[in-house]
Parts: sequence; C-alpha cells; structure tokens
Amino acid sequence: MKSKTINALMGCLLLFATHRVSAQAKPGNVKISGDVVKIGVLSDMSGLYSDIGGQGSVVAAQMAVDTFGGKVLGKPVQVVSADHQNKADIGANKAREWFDTQGVDLIVDVPNSGVAIAVSKVANEKHRAFIVSGAGSSRLTNEDCNPYTIHYVYDTYATGGVTGRAVVQHGGNSWFFITADYAFGHSLQDDTTRAVKAAGGQVLGSVLHPLSASDFSSYLLQAQASKAKVIGLANAGGDTINTIKTASEFGINKKQTLAGLLVYITDINSLGLQATQGMYVAESFYWDMNDETRKFSKAFQAKMGKMPNMSQAGVYSSVIQYLKAIQATGSDDADVVIKKLKETTLNDAFVKNGKIRADGRMVHDFYLFQVKSPAESKYPWDYYKLVSTITADQAFQPLSESRCPLMKSK
Amino acid sequence: MTEIFGISLAALLGQLVLGLVNGCFYAMLSLGLSLIFGMLNITNFAHGAFYMMGAVFTWIALNQFGLGYWWALLLVPIVVAILGVIVERSMLQWLYKIDPLYGLLLTFGLTLVIEGLFRYRYGVSGLPYSIPESFQGALDLGFMFLPEYRAWVVCASLLVCFATWVIIEWTPLGAYLRAATENPRLVQAFGINVPVMITITYAVGVGLAGLAGVLAAPVIQISPQMGSNLIIVVFAVVVIGGMGSILGSIVTGLSLGLIEGMTKVFYPQASDTVVFFIMAIVLLIRPAGLFGRER
Amino acid sequence: MKERTAKLQGAKFRIVGYSLLLVLGLVAPFVGYPVFLMKALCFALFACAFNLLLGYTGLLSFGHAAFFATAAYVTGYMVKVKGMPPGLGILTGTLVAVLLGIIIGSLVIRRQGIYFAMITLALAQLVYFIFWQAKFTGRDDGLQGIPRGHLLWVINLQNDWTLYYVVFAIFVFGFFLIRRTIHSPFGQVLKAIRENEPRAISLGYDVNKYKTLAFVLSAGLAGLAGATKAIVFTFVTLTDAEWQTSGEVVLMTLLGGMGTVFGPIVGAFSIVTLQNELADKVGSLVNVIMGAIFIVCVLLFRRGIVGEVIALYERVVGKRRS
Repeated sequence: MKSKTINALMGCLLLFATHRVSAQAKPGNVKISGDVVKIGVLSDMSGLYSDIGGQGSVVAAQMAVDTFGGKVLGKPVQVVSADHQNKADIGANKAREWFDTQGVDLIVDVPNSGVAIAVSKVANEKHRAFIVSGAGSSRLTNEDCNPYTIHYVYDTYATGGVTGRAVVQHGGNSWFFITADYAFGHSLQDDTTRAVKAAGGQVLGSVLHPLSASDFSSYLLQAQASKAKVIGLANAGGDTINTIKTASEFGINKKQTLAGLLVYITDINSLGLQATQGMYVAESFYWDMNDETRKFSKAFQAKMGKMPNMSQAGVYSSVIQYLKAIQATGSDDADVVIKKLKETTLNDAFVKNGKIRADGRMVHDFYLFQVKSPAESKYPWDYYKLVSTITADQAFQPLSESRCPLMKSK
Repeated sequence: MTEIFGISLAALLGQLVLGLVNGCFYAMLSLGLSLIFGMLNITNFAHGAFYMMGAVFTWIALNQFGLGYWWALLLVPIVVAILGVIVERSMLQWLYKIDPLYGLLLTFGLTLVIEGLFRYRYGVSGLPYSIPESFQGALDLGFMFLPEYRAWVVCASLLVCFATWVIIEWTPLGAYLRAATENPRLVQAFGINVPVMITITYAVGVGLAGLAGVLAAPVIQISPQMGSNLIIVVFAVVVIGGMGSILGSIVTGLSLGLIEGMTKVFYPQASDTVVFFIMAIVLLIRPAGLFGRER
Repeated sequence: MKERTAKLQGAKFRIVGYSLLLVLGLVAPFVGYPVFLMKALCFALFACAFNLLLGYTGLLSFGHAAFFATAAYVTGYMVKVKGMPPGLGILTGTLVAVLLGIIIGSLVIRRQGIYFAMITLALAQLVYFIFWQAKFTGRDDGLQGIPRGHLLWVINLQNDWTLYYVVFAIFVFGFFLIRRTIHSPFGQVLKAIRENEPRAISLGYDVNKYKTLAFVLSAGLAGLAGATKAIVFTFVTLTDAEWQTSGEVVLMTLLGGMGTVFGPIVGAFSIVTLQNELADKVGSLVNVIMGAIFIVCVLLFRRGIVGEVIALYERVVGKRRS
C-alpha cells in the first residue's frame, strides 16, 4: 500500500519536473516560449481610470494582433486581460501569476502608477517585457527604472512640463496644486512645479486628496483661498472630471484658471466643451491629426463607441512594435526583443520617429492642444485645435538628468 | 482679512460651512442607525448600502423613468423602506434571540452582496447627476459662494431630523416605540403589535438612509462604494453619541461635520480619521456614549 | 470502558487528521501554484489566530488587520531598508505585533460584545491612518521590492518551492502553538469564560488577565502571518490594514467553523481559492458570493463547515452506538 503511494508521488514529481523543463526548451531557430505569444493587458476595468485604459486597451491590443493576422512566425498570438482594481498587490500578484503559470510574455497598459511600479519590479524579477502606456509617473524611468520596463506614451515630466510652461507663458504665473496623494500625483506636481518655476512662475501652495475622492469642495475652497491665478490639477481620470465639475458648481472657474495636467480626450468628452473650452491639453495623440490616425481611430470607434485616447493608441502601437521585433529576431525572449526595440525607429499610426532610450523612455513628439469652444466644434469629437508641436528633446527629460540607476553604472 | 492661527477667517468659515453640510448627512444616517439599534439591538452594517441605493435609485429614476429630483425625493425613500421591510422579515427576524454579533455579521454580508451587485452593474467610476434646476446658483455669503443646493441640503436634513425627534419623543407612536425598546414583553401584553413596530422601525431607519442618498446624489460621486466609505464613520458617530440615543446621533453627527471641517483647515490628512480618535477616547472613558445609557 | 474507547477513537481521529494535513501540506506544491498556496497558508494562520480569540474566548475583534499589517510593514522595512535577514525580520515583525497587542489589549479588554468590536475597529482605523501617513510604509504605493534573501544564510528564499516549505513550517509551528494553548488548562479557562463569564469570575479567575493574554497571543500569531506574507509577496500595501481585511478573516473563521481546530484552515483555503478562481471570471461578483456565504452561514450554518461535519459525525456515531 505504502510503496504504491510513494511510486505514484514520484511519478507525479517526475512528470511535473519534465513538463517544466520542456517548457523552457527552445528547439530550432525560432524560439517562441510555449509555442504561443501571450500578451497580457492589465488595466483598470471598472474604476476611475477605466476610460483611460480599460476595455479600450484590450480592444486596441486585439486590433494590433489582428493586423498580423493573429500570428507571428507561424505561432498564434493570444491576448489575455485582467482588472488590477487600482491596487498594487492585486496587479503585482496577477503579473506574477501570469508570468509563472500562464506563460505571458508581455504585459501592457497598466494605468495607475503605483500598480505600474509594482508590476515593473515583478517583470524585472521574472525577466519579462513590460510596456507601460497608461501610467505616468516619471519614476518608471528614473528611480524605479529597470531593463525590462519601457515607458511608452507619456510621463508626468512631459504632460506637466508642456502644460505648465504653456499656461505660464499665457499669464498664469501663480499656482496652487490639487494633487492625488500617490506616486502619480506627486510626480506630476513635482515635474510641473519645476517647469513652472523655470518659466518664471511661482507656486503658492498645494493640497493632497485621496485617490477617487468623493467630494472635492473642501480642496477647491483651499485653492480659492490661496488666490493663485492657476489651480493645477495634479490628478487624472475621474478625479480630474470631478474637480472640474465641482469647481464650476462653486463658481471658482470664473476667477481662477483650471489647468488639467493630465487630460485625455475621453475626459473632455465626459465633461463637455462648455465646461472645458479654452483649456490647454498636452497629449501625444489626437485621432483627427492625419489620415493614418483617422483610419485607426474610426476602426477603434466602430468597436468601442468612442475615439481612442493616447494611452489606448499607445497600447495598439506597443503591441505592433513588439510583434515586429519578434518577427525580426525570431525569438520572444525579453532580453532579445527589448534590445531590438531599443535599436528600432518606431513608426505607426500612433508614433512617428519614436525611439526607446537606454533608460526605457520612449521619446517622440508631443502636442499642445487647446480645447475648442462649442461653436468651433463642427462634428462629434472635434475637440482640439493644435497650438504647437513640441519636439522629443524638448518634451522629455534629458538623459543627462536621469536618476535611473542603469544610467549611473555606465 | 482677519486671521486665526495664520488661517484666514474666510477659509475657516468656508470649511465650517462645508463641514456643516457633511454633518447633516452624518446626522441623518446615524439617526437611522441609532433607531435600529435601539429597537432591534442590531448593528445595521448595511446602512451604507441603503444610502447608496437611495442615490443610485435617484439616478435610475431620472435616466430610466424620466422622473426628476422632486419625484425621487418622494418615491425613493419609500422604495428603500420597502426593501428594508423585506430584509427584516426574511433575514433579521431570526437573529433577535441570539448573540447580537450575528446581526452585525449578517448585515456585513448583506453589504457585500448589495454593493457587489451594484458594482457589477454600474462599475465604480460614478454616475453623474446634475443639480436640480431650482437650485442651480450660489448664495454669496461674502467669504464664499455657497451653492444653493447645499443650503437646501442643510435645511432639508435639519427638518427631517427635527421631525423624527419630535415624533419619537412627543407622539404616542414614539412613546410605543420607546416603550417597546425598554420592555417588549410588557408592551406586547398591552396589545401593541411589537413585531410590526420592529419592522416599521427598520423600514423607517433605512428609509432615512435612502433619503440621505437622494439628497447626496447631486453633490457626491454616486458610486457603489459611497456607502462603505461612509458607514464606519457613521458607526463611530452613533457610538460616540450613544447607541440608541436619537438626540445623541443628531448632535454628534452635526458636531462631527464641523470638527472635520476644522481639521481640514489645520491638518487635512487627518480629517478622515479624527472621528475614530474621538470614538476611541469616548469608548475608553464613557462606553455608553455621550448621551447613551449602558444596556 | 465506553469512555476509554471514545477517547481513544477521538485521539485516533486527531492523529489521522494531523498526519493527513501534514502529508497534504508536503505534496501540495507539486499540484498547486506555490505562491497561491503560501498566500492561503498565511491567511490560514491569520484565521487560526483570530479563532483563538473569537471561537475560544468569545471576543469578536473587528480590527485584527492592524496586527497583520503592522508585522508585515515592520518586517518589510527591516528587511528591505535595514538589510535584516528574513528570519530575523519575521521575528521582529511578530514581536512588534505582540507589543501592539499588549497596548491595544490592555485598552479594550474591559469592554464586551458590540462595544468591544467597535473599539477594536476604531483603533484599527487609527493604526491604518498612521500607516497611511508614515513615509516608511510607502503610503498608497506600498512597501515594495522586499528582498526574500537567505534564511539562516544558506536557504535561498528566492526559490518559490523552498520558500513554500519554510512557510509551511511556520504555519505548522503556529498551528501547534494554538492547539497546545487550547488543550492546556489556560485554554480550558478561556472556554469557561466564553461559556459563562460571571461564573468564571465567581470561581475566582482573574478574567481580564486571561482575556488579555489570549488577545496578545492572538495578535502575535496574526502578526506572524503578516510578517511571513510580507516576505512571500515581497510587498506590503495599505490593503493589509483595511477594515475589509479584518472582515475577511471573520468570514474565514465563521465559514470554516468558529471554535473548531481545523475550521479556520478550511475557511481560509476556501475563501482564498474562491477569490483566486472567481476574480477573473466574475469580477466584482466575488464580493457578492462572499457576502451571500456570510448570510447563509449566519442564518443556517452557524457552526461552519467543520462544525457541521463534526455535528454530522457525532450524530452518525451516536446512532450507531445506540
């Protein structure tokens, strides 16, 4: 009786061990782990960032896979998705589980900087690729940088800096910040403060609010009491929308300018042009800029009912470039693919002449838009007019100023 | 501009006014909770969920049935009260004879169910509800612009709280309720239908929560989480005021709103937690609460 | 004679039960995902510790997450920032939880019933606030990148499998400590207090001292669970200190069976499995199902899974004997 059990146990152990070993074996020239390329879209599916990423990111990723016909190098490509619920532990655990048990090769999107930082650490530990399109904290390419993380679409340095400089140049030289109290909000406030001061403005004060706060009236009251010309909103998604709504309820936007430091076209859509006209917005993608963007965006709209914002377009682009790199190198090993990506000049519907730097930062041109007034808008989603184009070297933090440990060792 | 401790008077008054508005919500919610605890000896954890349903039903009334704010104000609390009756009859009535902690656990489970269902259906990002037209505008108080709607909230809640207090303390119905709380057997012997009283109490208690939800809809993010964010604060209010004391709940609720407002001026991050600090102190010194009696 | 047979049968039952668990625990990583199993073990220990207070002493604490999280944060900080080896880190975290248990315990032990639950909730919220404000916890971002390191300089904890056996050993230690407590004279007094406190007082026992000791023991073991979890997951977040986590451990104990030895383990594994399996498939409905389980347990299955199984067994055995 006993020996049978032991035999059975040993048999199971052997089977299991060999299975694990064979999963790592890479026969032949084409080395695709598990014979399938799996891409995981980890996003906020139902919370305050669900419009920034959410289901739209999943759709974008799938659209990218479809342009390849669902296969690369003869192997199928699968898209899986999960909701991180804006919690770092859920996100990191999901990433770990995906890498360990489901053979996921690449994780994309991840709005919410706290979650993104946690996931990037897991990606670093497991040597898998992570391309961030949703989160913004500049820490991802500074203090928390690692060789497996690519920060793709924007960061707080870019959007905060571009918007900050633009507003100061138009007369808004005293600021008060309403900041979301976590990694992203702090980064955004810090980066914008630097830009504002460099442009000759001053910061009179700030107040922190919890993520997804239910009522912004007390924070706005403090902003009003500071008598700053500009109220900087160092938050995003649902929080930005609610701050703007409450501000108009209290009549604050009549005397002070509201500067959204990270605004998406989907936010403008929720708030309406009446409430947002004249606002300066720094984005790296607008659906109506050229024929290529329009083609992609209309196809996206057919599936989602809304136009894509820059993060969702970024997911689309990052998946396409990743699959192209696999095609070029014949492998889905993260080290090989990322090395290839960093050598490539990226061109697609989302980005022109994009480059991924050694610190993981993808640099490209940024655009300063101004929101049209209801009268100026001629058709649905006609929200932006282009004010200026900021070249990559102007928009992003110079490599020389990087606080990334990878850079220091060089 | 006069200043107190370096903060301008205008800023302080502004936060106090906002705090008063919040205090009204605390008062109404803790009033219902206190009623229920006093009568049923049940700590109704699900109170926040009924409040949330009040707000969501208001949204549904507008977006699904085209019924505006004033209709919602009338109908939604009744709908919520009816749901309360169903809950009480089907689940709570079996728990009166056993350890009251089971009541807490059951209503906790109920909260998870209700919030989970609404979250599944509506997501977490919040349903927009505009301020009713009659109140779109702001009163110039000098040191701030107070939106008319928030002024209305203060008036309405104070009215409701006062009316409830009068009914409980000064009418025969209230007398029966209070007597049934003290000694249900004796009151039953007098021919008063105590189980019906109990059901009515629960219905009225959660109906008040539903009404608070309607009032909150235009100003607070309507989301399935709105109840759980608030419920433990409301618990703290009830415990501080004295579980079962109507006056205690109203006074403590309003005071807490004001205290929170003040905290927001001097140490904003602590504003969410100051109530627990107070509750811990009260429980250590006077466990029955400020206005309560030890049971 | 019948009594001796019954006792022997009871002892046999227990030995079989423990050995089965031991074997299951040893082979589990071959069939399950080690990280998931470790999470379940940590929560099982947490639930067992909680059960000591609720099932055996009759005190419902609604703030046990405070001890869980405190130990986790202290361990995480010590290991990540101060470079402590993980074993020492876990020990330190647990000791701090014990300390917190002494402080809170001495404040709350005089209250009973609902007031006891409420004040533990309030104090847990204060602890949450402290963690939320303190820089060292990383606040909303959490304490991340805690190195797993080497246990006793030779055992590499980076390997999930090795770590699993270490965690299992910790769990077994905690479990047997609880079992020893329950079956000791001290444990008998606790049961007496739970059944009829006034009588225990009249018999001359210093009830408050016993309750405080039980509270501190429970807090310390909850801390051990939290400290271990910090090393397993390599991060600690505010979620660990939330009142919802306190609620979860209540559910695990209730579902598994309050006042039974194996109940909390069954409850913890069930809930963790449920959350894991369903989170992807049904999203927010997980909470609905957990809430429904709560309700059904309170109304119909107050004894919990293990409690019902024991009752069933006793009925069957009773029938056979007669």
